[in-house]
Amino acid sequence: MEIVYVYTKKRSEFGRQCNFSDRPAELHVDIVPDASLSQDFVERNPVDTAIQCVQEMSEHEVNTERFETSSRGINHTEGGWPKDVNPQEVEQVTRYRKKVEKDEMYIATIQQLGNIMEHCIKQNNAIDIYEEYFEDVDVDHIDETPSAKTINVFRDPNEIKRTATHISWFPDGPRKLAVAYCNLEFQGSSPDTSMDSYIWDVENPNKPEMTLKPVSPLVCLEYNPKDSHILLGGCYNGQIAYWDTRKGSQPVEMTPIEQSHRDPAYKAIWIQSKTGSECFSTSTDGQVLWWDIRKLGEPTEKLYLDKKQDFSKAQGAYSLEYEPTIPTKFMVGTEQGTVMSCNRKAKTPLEKIVALYPGHIGPVYSLQRNPYFPKNFLSVGDWTARIWSEDIRESSIMWTKQYSSYLTDGCWSPTRPAVFFITKMDGTLDVWDILFKQNDPTLSLQVCDGPLHSLRVQEQAKLVACGSQDGTTTLLELSEGLYQLQRNEKNLVTAMLERETRREKILEGRHREMKLKERTKSSQEGKEKEEAQDDLQETEEDLIAKAKKEFDDIIATEKKKSQANSDLQQEKMDQGKVVIGFHLILTLHEHKTVS
Amino acid sequence: MSEVEETLKRIQSHRGVQGIIVVNCEGIPIRTTLDNSSTVQYAGLIHQLAQKARSTVRDLDPQNDLTFLRIRSKKHEIMCAPEKDYLLICVQNPEN
Repeated sequence: MEIVYVYTKKRSEFGRQCNFSDRPAELHVDIVPDASLSQDFVERNPVDTAIQCVQEMSEHEVNTERFETSSRGINHTEGGWPKDVNPQEVEQVTRYRKKVEKDEMYIATIQQLGNIMEHCIKQNNAIDIYEEYFEDVDVDHIDETPSAKTINVFRDPNEIKRTATHISWFPDGPRKLAVAYCNLEFQGSSPDTSMDSYIWDVENPNKPEMTLKPVSPLVCLEYNPKDSHILLGGCYNGQIAYWDTRKGSQPVEMTPIEQSHRDPAYKAIWIQSKTGSECFSTSTDGQVLWWDIRKLGEPTEKLYLDKKQDFSKAQGAYSLEYEPTIPTKFMVGTEQGTVMSCNRKAKTPLEKIVALYPGHIGPVYSLQRNPYFPKNFLSVGDWTARIWSEDIRESSIMWTKQYSSYLTDGCWSPTRPAVFFITKMDGTLDVWDILFKQNDPTLSLQVCDGPLHSLRVQEQAKLVACGSQDGTTTLLELSEGLYQLQRNEKNLVTAMLERETRREKILEGRHREMKLKERTKSSQEGKEKEEAQDDLQETEEDLIAKAKKEFDDIIATEKKKSQANSDLQQEKMDQGKVVIGFHLILTLHEHKTVS
Repeated sequence: MSEVEETLKRIQSHRGVQGIIVVNCEGIPIRTTLDNSSTVQYAGLIHQLAQKARSTVRDLDPQNDLTFLRIRSKKHEIMCAPEKDYLLICVQNPEN
């Protein structure tokens, strides 16, 4: 059924203003109800309707816009002098002062005020009302439960967030933080992604203090410990650059691409040197390159991470460790999970890689020597953190439990030899105190929801900065027990590390012994096998005959044995008789002598 | 020596007193025992603070007035004795 209603209007009346008026209703169409249609439907009775007997709730969330502040200052000049006196002119000033000093009012006021003032000064000198009692009494913090609190959160100010890949503390006091930002996902960054990294003032999370503008995003960033104006950065494209904060946001100099790493420069470290200008870097391309920032045109030295210095077989490296007290040695953590101990000053290329420490089943993301016991080092990779002794190459001496989430970074506490920190993919920071607990972390803290990526502890060990994958850097303050050296701690840790080293040494010795045994056994078996091979040519019948013969032999020997046994018993019994007889004779003889 | 100088000398001789400044109602240092730059700073800032403190006290109670202002800081104590026309500032380190 089609309902058509036609409405007509003259062309000339188009667009004219409407003029509404009342009129009676008119019927255009009348549709009669169709009873047959009701047969197509079934009436529902009763009707089920769900009703909730609880008040319906809704949740709303409002986040206020971020308030950005900036500090400004005004320089005031000296003022308030009468118009005819210029404060810059010494003569006028002294003349004016002399005039005032002669005023009687002045003399009277000063004498009066002087008395009041003297009273207060005497009061201060008589008793120190602000005196602090029990200041030098040591309070034991043993009972205190370890904790940490968030002080500040520094967010990546860009729209497209990037991972906070590396953090470096300002070397002169915990005032500033340099954070490198980079999207590490392979081909994961869009062209709009910012490449900047920032230096933050610890007090001000609203705005970075300074922006570093590299040509490729920075993977690592390191303050020069000797000159706090200079920063070293390793770029995603493999170049190494350095900044001077006095010279602005652009890098001062960069290494040429053809001389640089071929993969992201994952770690760059300053080397202890007289000039403070030497550094070295590593990457997953398997090279370790040494640089001098005074001439970044080419590396001063090169090392391929392979025993035979073969670049095509070199292992890629994620982490680097350098201890200023042992300047010729350094260590590298590779993608394959091996820790390489290297000697920079080795005479032949073969001696450059001194030792290999296999143990991790994933890339070694972090490597650090214990600041108190440089012979022992911490490595973080796969699901465990391991503590090694340089002397034991087969196994680490201590290790954490297998975590359920991947570990991303770790480091020792600079002040306590027993404490180390670990960051994980699930966004938690674990603090281990191996003196307190060996199976579990002393403190496990959910820092943020996203995975944590980097970690850095401040020199005084009170502040820890954690960088996450979504670009936030969280600054945490640890409770006192976690950074203050405990009583006798050094000795206890020495004892523990020595004990574990000894245990591992014994196990290693035993292992070697077993291997040796196995080897000799297998060589013997080899000989037997040769014989067996000759035998193989024998026929099946021969084999049966041989087996039968063997069986007969065994039966015969067994029989002989039992025969011998019974003979022996018989003999023993006979011997007994003889002895008894002899005894009888003796007693008889004794009787005789007595009677 | 004038009486003023005598008074100032007496104050200065007390233990821990580091400096004395006399400031007039405009904030101009008239007499000082400190060096010029710190004198100007102290005079300008303390004068403002003393004025603010004074107006606070008087706003709270019009019959009341500020008689003395002591500012205890980590390094020293700044004491100000205000008068209608002059302000006497004394910096003392009471610890030694």
